[in-house]
Amino acid sequence: MIKARVTITLKNGVLDPQGKAIEGALGALGFEGVGHVRQGKVFDLELDGEDRARAEADLKAMCEKLLANTVIENYTIALD
Amino acid sequence: MKSAVVQLPGLNRDRDMIAALTKISGQAPITVWQTETSIPDDVDLIVIPGGFSYGDYLRCGAIAARMPVMQAIKEKAEKGVKVLGVCNGFQILVEAGMLPGALMRNASLKFVCKEIKLQVVNAETDFTRAYAAGQIIRCPIAHHDGNYFVEAETLKSLEGNGQVVFKYAEGTNPNGSLNDIAGIINEKGNVLGMMPHPENLIEAAHGGSDGRGIFASALDVIAA
Repeated sequence: MIKARVTITLKNGVLDPQGKAIEGALGALGFEGVGHVRQGKVFDLELDGEDRARAEADLKAMCEKLLANTVIENYTIALD
Repeated sequence: MKSAVVQLPGLNRDRDMIAALTKISGQAPITVWQTETSIPDDVDLIVIPGGFSYGDYLRCGAIAARMPVMQAIKEKAEKGVKVLGVCNGFQILVEAGMLPGALMRNASLKFVCKEIKLQVVNAETDFTRAYAAGQIIRCPIAHHDGNYFVEAETLKSLEGNGQVVFKYAEGTNPNGSLNDIAGIINEKGNVLGMMPHPENLIEAAHGGSDGRGIFASALDVIAA
């Protein structure tokens, strides 16, 4: 079994109102000097088999087809 | 003219849409479930209604956009059949790649449910012929993710090609959408997506009928 983590982040230039709100809340809590907070998503997946190259290719297809919206999001794939 | 309403788990405006289509065309639409792989040939207008398909999980419309019925709708759209997506229906159309851009969380981070002023920017589409260019109509909205985004190049071509069909009237943008965009059409002119709910303003009982023209145009039943 292969364990993988997919991380989705917003592309540069895409407005992130949630990130902005979190940034404001951190400031309100007294954390100074926090800038450019961007919110993203993390998926932890378990894949059958031991073929890492295939797992990577499958994960890329999953990101392109469903996990990420490539109009606004980037993704990175990490295998354990 | 025959219409069809797509049904998916979590959509909740399907009955409103069925009522609007029935009242305006005099003929009840057929309903198409998400697992269906074909749509009858005599259907001229396919409507994806609003709601919260798949609980808005992952991203609004993301899971619905990958259901088998969407492939059937894509094939029909390629042949020129009209497709209208309202609210979650619009989100599904962008997630399915049938319209450019993405619908993101409202800039206010709040769900907005109210009536807005909508400007008909392009009154020459198959969905807006009942209106005059620049006309401002009333229309209800109810959404959490209507903040339209598209990269600069595509935005330019959308504006240049008349593909921006509806904008929130000046100063009333409820969600932070780019250029006040409320609804766009594909290049071919047969797939329209819009955040506002015209199906909820079609008769006196609704307090007005400003939304009626969209269905009358698409169903080809504009009163002379």
